[in-house]
Amino acid sequence: MPACSTKCGKTAILKRPKTGDALCKECFFEAFENEIHYTIERAKLFRPGSTVAIAASGGKDSTVLAYVLKLLNEKFNYQLKLVLLSIDEGITGYRDDSLNTVKQNKEDYGMDLKILSYKELYGWTMDEIVAEIGRKNNCTFCGVFRRQALDRGAYLLKVDYVATGHNADDIAETVLMNILRGDIARLNRCTSIITDSGDGIPRVKPLKYAFEKEIVMYAYFKKLIYFTTECVFAPNAYRGHARVLLKDLEKIDPTIIMNIIKSGEDLKVAETTKIPTLTRCVRCNYVSSQDVCKACILLEGLNKGLPRLGIGKSSKVKRLLKENEEKTSSCNSKNCCNAKPEKSHCLCKTTIPSIS
Amino acid sequence: MKVNCEYGGGCDLLFGTKQETYELPSSSTAWTVGELLLWLAEKHLKTTQENFLQGDSVRPGILVMINEMDWELLDTTNYVLKENDTVIFFSTLHGG
Ligand SMILES: [Zn+2]
Ligand SMILES: [Zn+2]
Repeated sequence: MPACSTKCGKTAILKRPKTGDALCKECFFEAFENEIHYTIERAKLFRPGSTVAIAASGGKDSTVLAYVLKLLNEKFNYQLKLVLLSIDEGITGYRDDSLNTVKQNKEDYGMDLKILSYKELYGWTMDEIVAEIGRKNNCTFCGVFRRQALDRGAYLLKVDYVATGHNADDIAETVLMNILRGDIARLNRCTSIITDSGDGIPRVKPLKYAFEKEIVMYAYFKKLIYFTTECVFAPNAYRGHARVLLKDLEKIDPTIIMNIIKSGEDLKVAETTKIPTLTRCVRCNYVSSQDVCKACILLEGLNKGLPRLGIGKSSKVKRLLKENEEKTSSCNSKNCCNAKPEKSHCLCKTTIPSIS
Repeated sequence: MKVNCEYGGGCDLLFGTKQETYELPSSSTAWTVGELLLWLAEKHLKTTQENFLQGDSVRPGILVMINEMDWELLDTTNYVLKENDTVIFFSTLHGG
């Protein structure tokens, strides 16, 4: 039986990918938590007295994030008010299990939970949108609405920060994808531990340097309840390929993950990439590079019974949308599933019954 | 010989179960975890082998624990199974 590297006298239970150390359960918990604490401290991630919304999907990353933030907040007296924020897209059956998991988190961790529905945020559920537009084009809606949902939710809740569960593997994967797509402009941003969507509510990633393996092991040994979402085994996602490549590399040498993140951080992007001047949407007040934000353009079409407005050919809106798309992050039916740093693929591309 | 297998994090989808106890066919030589992997893929996997195996081991991204211990501390595929061992497969290739 291998002994714990710290010489604490106990039996080791895992080999850390980052260091190769063999650690016992207690020493692993301590190392894992302390590293996240160190990440938070070093980046000065939170101001004392702030309210932090944890973007909670019910999955392993956000569950571990909620658990560890609560623990560190108490242990190191961050003086944070932590709340859970979940988005319900309004797809029959799709969120039932994951929202139940989040509700369990709320009970277990004694945090407030706010579930914001697309209905509340946009006036339409995804089911209603699919009924209106059909499955073919709704990637446009799905991508735009999803990207805005958390920001809008944070704005509605008037929180000071949104914390997401992106881990080291996720970030390395996004770096890789941006390189594969030639999207160098987004490299720096996707590796930043703190980003601002322009609305003054920073997005933070406390698990930025936590390896996926350790997150899974931590959840397992702490017996945290989480929900497994969509299946990357399904032959759909470009992201899936990047992930497989990364896991193959990680098997050879786990420090490759850190090296990829560091490359993303250190790359200096030439000034040729214009950063759009952001204003606010005149309709919804959401940050936008246009007078009317993309979500509002799409909603306009839906509400007028002209759902193809904004995705139809040769319309003025189409041109407007296209400009908008180029200036902000791109999302169209071709690459909608790949466009975001978040780990998700387009809901509308998924046949609902196949999701367990 | 009996061995308990648990599937989590999406591996349950690959095997259509979360937990199963198997009776391994008796053999003149001891069963290794490596042999168990091949046997599971042959007999119980509900999908194509590439979703579970790569070469003579699990596909990268699938974590394996033997009796609550990271198999990387136990010589991975070379570990020799004992009666009533519990082997857990966890996929990290799924969303969270
Ligand atoms: Zn120890
Ligand atoms: Zn708007």
